[in-house]
Amino acid sequence: MGEILDLAAQNMISPVILSFVLGLAAAFFRSDLSFPEAVAKGMSLYLLFAIGFKGGAGDAAHGVDQRLVSALVAGVVLSVSLPLVAFALLRSMTRVSVTDAAAVAAHYGSISIVTFVAATALLASQGIAAEGYMVAVAAAMEAPAIASALWLVAWRGGGSGERMNAELAREIMLNGSIVLLVGSFVIGWITGDEGLKQIESFIVSPFKGVLCLFLLDMGLVAGRGLRSGQAALSGGAILFALIMPPLGACAGLSAALLLGLSLGGTVLMMVLAASASYIAVPAAMRVALPEANPTLSLSLSLGITFPFNLMVGIPLYLAVAAAFVAV
Amino acid sequence: MQMHQAKRVEIIIEAMMERRLTEALSTAGVTGYTVLPVSGGSGRSGEWSREGQVGRAGGMVAVICLVRPERVDALLEAAFAVVERHIGVVSVTDAQVIRAERF
Repeated sequence: MGEILDLAAQNMISPVILSFVLGLAAAFFRSDLSFPEAVAKGMSLYLLFAIGFKGGAGDAAHGVDQRLVSALVAGVVLSVSLPLVAFALLRSMTRVSVTDAAAVAAHYGSISIVTFVAATALLASQGIAAEGYMVAVAAAMEAPAIASALWLVAWRGGGSGERMNAELAREIMLNGSIVLLVGSFVIGWITGDEGLKQIESFIVSPFKGVLCLFLLDMGLVAGRGLRSGQAALSGGAILFALIMPPLGACAGLSAALLLGLSLGGTVLMMVLAASASYIAVPAAMRVALPEANPTLSLSLSLGITFPFNLMVGIPLYLAVAAAFVAV
Repeated sequence: MQMHQAKRVEIIIEAMMERRLTEALSTAGVTGYTVLPVSGGSGRSGEWSREGQVGRAGGMVAVICLVRPERVDALLEAAFAVVERHIGVVSVTDAQVIRAERF
């Protein structure tokens, strides 16, 4: 227990978390601090490229082997099944409609790449290595949850949800963040350590600084979202956003133990399963389930679950994983 | 200078629907439109702002078309088929244009 608290305390006073807290505080106190959309988008592209490239380069020594395929399959199974759990919880804990519950559930089946990036930064600071292909698992977990949500709406008769047609599937699969993450992973995988050395000064050294700025922006967006969306949040919904991450992490832990992942890989699998999307899924939901309330989904995933995972969840998952997996 | 009657249709629509809308307009025979970014606003769905946003989900765009009055119904039918279920505003105002052959 003491170790967990130490780690959580260390995490809380890291530049990354303090930057996020600064953003939250600035938003709550109605500061005019803001990032232009293009700057936020640019930082997000940088982080996706860097994390994808480093993951690919780290995994370059291995071919497409059984471990990678098994991890991808596990990721897809988690992404498909977690929305079912989230949907059942939401319907029992809140009074939200079938459509809203399905839309929120899709967010929780998918992943938050920024939480994943923050977890890799924490692992790096602790000197814990992780399987490079977890980046590919992250990309594979972005979309399947959307199909689950649409199926839930069709099954429970939640209105006129769009069916998963070829155009929607193409938009989801070719979402910019997925393309960049997978593409940079492949480039890193092809070019390996030699490729990484060539651009190391760009994607390794400045990484944490950019992450700090990006999380400052995320803090601003989360804080403003919470402020404007608080009317949409009931006590049950808030409770859901706090208990769903540990439940997802437990599912991720089970999958990681079955796969025999390293300590770092186990933590990342837990983080992926515990996190909720606020980039890829919201966009897909606006097309597929326009009747769903976007304020509810984003307030829960970005306003509550994201800060929870960032400040409490990641160190907690690391401590739990360390109890199960030998270093 | 000679001026001609026209209708200015302004559609504020979720950014994610931009391509679907412009394709529908083209299919309906609209020969030109302008897409403008919208930085923020407020409505039945609450306040929103593009500041600091990474994804397009929370964003809106304005699609503006100038058409001859007799073509406005076809345009609105095509547009409405796309925007009906989505957050947004459709408005039509009278306008005057100088080069009628372009509309």
